[in-house]
Amino acid sequence: MSNVPADLRYTKSHEWLRTLPDGNVEVGITDHAQEALGDLVFVEVPEAGRTLKAGESCAVVESVKAASDVYAPIACTVIGGNPQLASEPEAINKDPYGSGWLMRIRPGSPAEVAALLSAAEYTSFLAAEGE
Amino acid sequence: MAFIPHTSADVQEMLAAIGVSSIEQLFEEIPKELRARAMRGVPSQLNEMEIGRLMSERARMDGRPLCFIGAGAYEHHIPSAVWSLTTRGEFYSAYTPYQAEASQGTLQLIYEYQTMMASLTGMEVSNASLYDGASAVAEASLMAVRANRKSKSQRILIPATVHPHYRKVARAAASNQGVRFEEVPYCTQQGASLAAALSRYEGQDVTALVIQQPNFFGILEDVDALTDWAHAHGALVIAVVNPTALAVLKPPGQWGKRGADIAVGEGQPLGVPLSSGGPYFGFLTTRMEYVRQMPGRIVGRTLDVTGRPGFTLTLQAREQHIRRAKATSNICTNQGLLVTAATIYMSLMGAAGLERVAAASHARTRELVSALTRIAGVRLAFEGAYFHEAVLSLDKPVAPLLAALASRGILGGLDLSEHYPELEGALLVCATETKTSEDIELYAGALTEAMSGLATRGLATRARPATAA
Repeated sequence: MSNVPADLRYTKSHEWLRTLPDGNVEVGITDHAQEALGDLVFVEVPEAGRTLKAGESCAVVESVKAASDVYAPIACTVIGGNPQLASEPEAINKDPYGSGWLMRIRPGSPAEVAALLSAAEYTSFLAAEGE
Repeated sequence: MAFIPHTSADVQEMLAAIGVSSIEQLFEEIPKELRARAMRGVPSQLNEMEIGRLMSERARMDGRPLCFIGAGAYEHHIPSAVWSLTTRGEFYSAYTPYQAEASQGTLQLIYEYQTMMASLTGMEVSNASLYDGASAVAEASLMAVRANRKSKSQRILIPATVHPHYRKVARAAASNQGVRFEEVPYCTQQGASLAAALSRYEGQDVTALVIQQPNFFGILEDVDALTDWAHAHGALVIAVVNPTALAVLKPPGQWGKRGADIAVGEGQPLGVPLSSGGPYFGFLTTRMEYVRQMPGRIVGRTLDVTGRPGFTLTLQAREQHIRRAKATSNICTNQGLLVTAATIYMSLMGAAGLERVAAASHARTRELVSALTRIAGVRLAFEGAYFHEAVLSLDKPVAPLLAALASRGILGGLDLSEHYPELEGALLVCATETKTSEDIELYAGALTEAMSGLATRGLATRARPATAA
């Protein structure tokens, strides 16, 4: 069973969101997603200052198996990508909810974050998807 | 299972199933005037013996002309081993086979090719080939837009000294994807692009600068100054190079302070015959930093589970079967057969052999230029140093001269009036190691005679209205 921390918000495309004390939001891919992708070999993070619409593809994670897009979970402005991933893409495999974060964003509206899936909802979504 | 689709029984069965009596009936709703008519002018069928005879007659019409045309495709000696090995059944495919790893020989060949091309261009990685030099420039332009993430303009500076076909193909292939190409004028005295001509782009967003070395006129560009200008202005450098010339010239990886970012070119000089314009192949090499934006795939050497060495595809993550519409390109290894020939050619020549080919081609071209410029009314058009091609300026109209030479079995060069109307009486000539001193004397003699039979260019033009009146 993959790890789904209770204090985060989730999307059906397997991104997680953490609201930081300053109101900005950290985004990454879930433990389930990194597990499905396998060993990551390359990550392309979005550029600071980019404005994203919800659902817009904004990053690429490439593993030994496949290259996949990461989508903006909500409308936002990118504050910056995780610079560590350029040299250590495996941080996503080792610590998907910590040092493997993908980008920090300024949400268009904080309410949109709250409207995303809770840990319990994401867990049942995974269970349903697995069936 | 027979691989013959649609026997007449199959066709009848399908028509019966949908309740139609003939195939013709399926097209009935297409208005008559829009229907394709039977092709007139196409002769009726010939049997194999007849077609064989016709083709050898046509081939004889080609003759064996003495060729002094370069302009992007060059006649070099090809050791016979190159094509006798390349056309062996084991190699005889244009593509990397499906289940690539089952074909270790093909993978090893691509691995060797990539190693040789990276070393020849002074870059870190090479793809497994593109269609030709022109499509390589188009792919490099799209790649530069992906790789230069700081630049938003998708604007590529392409000097007029870059091969006219390459400029045209790059525009055709990349402009619908939003890439804008802007032509940079050249110095008509030197026949080269000058970094000073780029000053009007100071402070503007430029994605990449294309630099061809030697350029279309055969002239050597000041690649260090041009490369440094591009890098100082946040632009990437796309080097367009001749692989033979690289044996004696500085490789793109060492241009300027940082080296070019992408090197491309036409691979034909490496063991591929002229053959009416193709098939040829393009090459593309780059730095490790941009490998994920490079179209195509990389073969690597590895160990299998039992520790034996073997070859495997190590990078193909951005190809179309994985990334679909977001793939870097639709090209993988289409020109595999030509790459096989080039790899065998390079391995037979070795670095020293390739250097001798380059040095001999340069020496022959100098000899050709010196023989032709001794003729009254012929001079060298530009002052810049040249490699194995040069532009001559003639005081007679070029087209009738070339026709006169052709009637004597000599292809005298390329008339530049179509691509460079501003250069009057300009003829691009080339000699490689395949030309002897006798060949050059033969050409010089024939040109002298042809020129003496023609009115001077300026006079001919002035005479025309009088004749018309």
